[in-house]
Parts: sequence; structure tokens; C-alpha cells
Amino acid sequence: MSENNSFVRKEMISERIPPAADRGLVKWVRENLFSSAFNAIMTFISLWVIYSITVAVIPWFLNGVWDAKTVRECYDLLDGKSGACFAVLNERFPQLIYGFKYPSSEYWRPNLATVLLIVALAPILFRRLPRQLLIFSAVYPFLAFWLIWGGSILTSVSAFLGCAIAVICYRRFSSRSFALAVLISLIAANVWWIIGGYIVDLNASFLSLEVVASRDMGGFMLNLLLGTIAVCLSIPLGIALALGRQSGMPIIKWICVVFIEFIRGVPLITLLFVANVILAFFFPPDTSIDLILRVLIMMTFFNAAYIAEVVRGGLAALSKGQYEAADSIGLDYTQSMRFIILPQALKISIPGIVNVSVGMLKDTTLVSIISMFDLVGMIRGPILSSTDWNGVYWELFGAAAAIFFVVCFSVSKYSQWLERQLETDKR
Amino acid sequence: MKTSFILGAVTVAGLTAGAAFAGTLDDVKARGKLNCGVSTGVPGFAEPDANGVWQGFDVAVCRAVAAAVLNDSDAIEFVPTTGKTRFTALASGEIDMLARNTTWTFSRDVDLKFEFVGVNYYDGQGFMAKADLGVSSATELDGATVCIQTGTTTELNLADFFRSNNMSYEAVPVETGSEAVTNYLAGACDVFTTDRSALAARRANFEVPTDHVVLPEIVSKEPLGPLVRHGDNNWGDVVRWTLNALITAEELGVTSANLEEMSKGTNNPEMNRLLGSEGNLGEMLGLDADWAKRAIAVSGNYGEIFENNIGAGTIIGLARGVNAKWTDGGLIYSPPFR
Repeated sequence: MSENNSFVRKEMISERIPPAADRGLVKWVRENLFSSAFNAIMTFISLWVIYSITVAVIPWFLNGVWDAKTVRECYDLLDGKSGACFAVLNERFPQLIYGFKYPSSEYWRPNLATVLLIVALAPILFRRLPRQLLIFSAVYPFLAFWLIWGGSILTSVSAFLGCAIAVICYRRFSSRSFALAVLISLIAANVWWIIGGYIVDLNASFLSLEVVASRDMGGFMLNLLLGTIAVCLSIPLGIALALGRQSGMPIIKWICVVFIEFIRGVPLITLLFVANVILAFFFPPDTSIDLILRVLIMMTFFNAAYIAEVVRGGLAALSKGQYEAADSIGLDYTQSMRFIILPQALKISIPGIVNVSVGMLKDTTLVSIISMFDLVGMIRGPILSSTDWNGVYWELFGAAAAIFFVVCFSVSKYSQWLERQLETDKR
Repeated sequence: MKTSFILGAVTVAGLTAGAAFAGTLDDVKARGKLNCGVSTGVPGFAEPDANGVWQGFDVAVCRAVAAAVLNDSDAIEFVPTTGKTRFTALASGEIDMLARNTTWTFSRDVDLKFEFVGVNYYDGQGFMAKADLGVSSATELDGATVCIQTGTTTELNLADFFRSNNMSYEAVPVETGSEAVTNYLAGACDVFTTDRSALAARRANFEVPTDHVVLPEIVSKEPLGPLVRHGDNNWGDVVRWTLNALITAEELGVTSANLEEMSKGTNNPEMNRLLGSEGNLGEMLGLDADWAKRAIAVSGNYGEIFENNIGAGTIIGLARGVNAKWTDGGLIYSPPFR
């Protein structure tokens, strides 16, 4: 009897490998590329597109000429073959990075300022670093100003001391009254700046670097300069505007609402034209405010209005209970904002703030339209219009895209990392 | 209503404040620097070289004025302007003069309140076509596709030209000159049209320039020249007569080579008046006697500037054509120095 039960297995069949069509590369290809007739057709079309682009681009890259004086020399060297003329990047590299008027003997200054910028930002960006580094972050803006614009270091020192005095005065009096503290610190700082101004004038050559006018800044340096300053200034301003918009005090609320809605309702390029062109009519010719400063103010306002809306979204996302909890344990407005509301709201707002800020960095290329020679302005103006290089488009704009991509991609990667770091609740 | 009135009042106040600084010549002297508006880059006319030094045909006018007024052809703040910002920069006093291939038109002169002090280049709109298209004249372009920059006078001139010749065309509108060239080279259009000087400059950098021909027809008048604000005739005179000095120097045969010798005094009274060894023309302008000599010393007379920047010997290779001096059948003519 038991012999007839041969169909009953006594032991498990050992695991076998799946059929050839259901494993490895074949399976992946079948499931992902040829799962239906439509997908199969799309796959073939995509393959064809990739192939034709590769065939066109690879020789263009490999044949690239890196050493030539003009575009015509490039054509001669290529001798009819398809190939890039990367020589323009070689030849005009300093112009792309620093603009064409920054004195070449002084290139170390913006370079050093950029390196120090990373050092100064590090303690702000990474919480694990020692907190003492923040002192350098506070000094950095003044140091960078001295490095990039030149002049006597006393100008920067005096400005820094003025700010320091203001902070000390504020600390001293803030326990009595907020308004009084602000007023006293403003007066003290201004008094110092007036005194400091005389001291600086007397020792104008002390530790002096060659002065570089704002008009002489250019290239990617200008983009980075405008982007960094505008973003750094606009985040606090934006937070203040967002809080102001939620305020119960009607005047503050309406000022903030009108400001935000006006700026958001106007294109950035219009504001830049106002900064460049219209403002010039209101100043007498010899007292005009520095063009970079005018542009910076407009960009800061623009970015601040957008950040304000992002932060407002973060504030609105918090449940009312958080506000009430803060009130119920007896915190005043400043304390409840500082310890309860803003840490949560800002965490929610990080993706939005980074999004707006990366957009701002890229929008700095708009200044090329008001004839400032940033990276794109350099390419569109002096380089593409020069007798030597007119006609080289892909190489130059490709390089600009690559530079911006590296910077913007790093920033967004950092923000994703930061989000993961701060994600304490939903894990 | 009220706000617009206030804004208007402020604007007027701003404008009158600008006009109050009427002594541009004194301002420039006091400042020690000439603020000269140039373009952001036109090959041969204004372009910074690899060292960042501005070069070109229009730039040479700025340098001549700076040399005449300040005795230093490098005492210039070059203010790059785009087609959109150039007029406001001049009107607001940000720049003292504009030398930026700007066409002298009625409305710019009268309505925008500028003063064109002369013409340093007579341009005109032309056509470029691929040589294998086999056309030798713009009148054979019936049915052609044409790459054209939108929003320019060239667009209107094109329509006029084809209509008056009973021809049809298909326009391919593009934003910038560089874009137009890329489209043209990619075959998106048969013909590319813009000012002839620009056509020549673009063509010079094509892979095979001889594959493209610039057709002989000129379909518009584009007199390009330096300009200053209305209302400061003294300063206008300085710029006008500096340009005229360059032109007269060519007429009289004063070149950068023989300038020193000629300025010692010759038996040609006009040359002596120009170079300051006779008469007091410089004093009448508010300058010293050597002003014209210094202007010419920078880069030579008009003809030399032309040849060195855009002439037949350069890559751009423009012929003098209508820009020859009047005695050679061209239009370049200066009133006498008397």
C-alpha cells in the first residue's frame, strides 16, 4: 500500500532557481521595459533617443579643443570635425568667475572670502560643531566686506564694534522694556558709528587693501555674493514679516500684509529695473547709492516676502493647542515664539525656505538684464559679443549650468539631510 | 489720484535736480573721470578684451573725449548699458555721454530729449543668406523664411521692404542676435537680417564664412552716433567737436604717426587751428589749446580708428563704403574748424 503513495512527498524539494524568464536582468527588463506593447515601443524610442544624443555628444566632448586663442583657431584645429571649443572656458575663466574688472592680482581675496564663508556657515549648518565657532560667524560679514571691497580694515572693525555695542546695550536694557532697549541700542550704535567714522577717516590707510568698486564685481562671484547676502538677510526679515502678519496689532499686521502682497504681486525683474533705473532719478547724480546695494535691497525684499509666506504656512500648520500650551505655562509672546512655536514652524518650513532660496540664487542671473555682468551677463555680453568668441554658445552656457547645478544641488542635498536630522516626531 | 500727483511731483523734482547739475564739463573735470555709456558688447564696436580693457570703434569716441577733456584716455568709467537701460542711464545723469551704436531718430532726439552730436557710423539693414541658396540680390528672396529679432526697427523695415517689392516672406521671430544666428545656421531660416555691420561681425566667426553672402541691398537708414542730454550745449559741443576733430584729422591727413610733427605748426591754417598752434578754438570750448591733438593721439584719426577696429584688415572686415570721407564719395563730413 505504502508503495502506491509515491505521490506523497516525504521530504521538501530543495529550492530551485526561478525560470530564466523570471530572474535577474531578464526579469527586470521584462517588467520594467517591456511589460506591455506600449511600454515596449516607448523603450525602443527612448533607446533611439539616448543613442542619437550619445553619438552626437560624445565626439563633441572628446574632440573638444582646450587650447586656442579665438573661435576661428578652434575651427581650424577641428578641421571640419564636430567638436566643442572649450578653449573659451580656459581663456576667459577668470572673467566667468570674477568678472572682467576685478583686478587679477586681488583674486585671492574673493577666494579667501569664499573659503571663510564655508567656515562661517559650518557652525550654523551643522549643530555638532563647537558653538564657539559662532563667534567667527558673527565676525565674518565684516571680514568678508573688507576682503571683497577692500579699503581700510578699520571700516569693518568700526561697523562691527557698532553692532556689538548695540547688542550689549540691548542685553543690558531688554529686561526693562523691549522698545526702550531697541531705542537705546540704536542711539548708542549710531553715536559710535559717527565717532568711528572720524577715526577711520584719520587712519584710512591702516591695513588697507586695494579698493574695488561694486561696479567692478562680476562673474559667478557676483551671483554668489548677491545670493548669499540676500538669502541671509531675508530669512530673519521673512520670519519677522510672517509673525507680523499674524500679529493682533492692526498697524503692524497691515504693514506686513501690504508689503508681502505688493512684493509678491510684482515680478522680480520689475523691482530690479526700479533699483537700476528709476531710483537713479530720485538721487542727485553724485550721491547715488551703490548699484549692488540697490539690487541687494530689492532682492532681499523679494525673497523675504516669499519666505514670509512659507513661514506663515509653517505657523498655520501648528495646532492651536501649541499656542495655548505656551500661554498656559505663562510664557510671554517672545518666549512662546522662541521656545515653542518657531522651532516647530521653522522645521516644517525648511523645504519651502530652501526651495525659495535656491530659486533666489538662480534668480540672481536676472541682473544680467540690467547690465550687471554676473555669470550669465558675462557670457551674454562681453564674451559672446567679443570678436574672438562670438559664436560659442553651448560650451559657455553648459559651463554656467554646471556651476549652478553643483551649488544648487549641494544646497538641496543639505536641506534634505537637515530635515532628516530634525525629524523627531514622525519616525 | 493724489498719490500719482505726489509721485509726479517727486519725479519732476528729481528731473530738475538732475538738470541743475548742468555743467557736465565742470563735473567731469572735477570728478577726474568721464562716465561713458557703452553697450554690453558688440563685436568691433565695444567689447572688453581678455584683460578686461574696453576696445572698439564706439569705445574710441569715449577715449578721445576723455583725452581731450582730462588728458587721460583711461580716465573713463565705462558703464555698460543694454538697449533697455541706455536712455534712462543718460537721462538720469548716471552717464555723461552715450556711445553705443544708437540710431539717430526723430523721436529719440526730440521726444526723449537727447542731442545726437554727430554720426560716427552710417549703418543700414542688410540680409545674409547661405551661398548655396544662389541668390545675389534681396529682390530674389520671394517666399524666403527670415530670422528676425522681435521688437526692433529691423522687423518693421523688413515688412516694408517685402511689401514694396511685392514679395512674400515667412518670419521666424527670435529674441537676440545670437539666437538668430544659431537658428540661421541650424537651417531654421534661409535669410538672417539685421544691421550690416552686425552681419559682417557675425559672419566673420562662422565656421566657413565664405559659405554665406551678405546681399548688397540696404533697406534702411541707421545713422549711429554718440549722444548727450538736452540742455547742456557746452558739453554737447565738446563731444561733437571731438568727434569732428577725428574726422577732420583724416581729411587733413593728420595721423597718429605724423601728429607730433604736424602739431609744431604747418602752412595749413585749418590744421594749425585744429591742433592748437594757431587760434583759440580750445579755449572757446572751455578746454586748452591741445585738446584735439590729445584726442587724435589716443588711437589716431577717424580712418585709423575705423581700420583698426572694424576695417578691411580686421576679422570683421567692413569696407568703408558710405563711411568713407566725403572727398572719397562717402558721407563722413565735418564742418570746418574755423
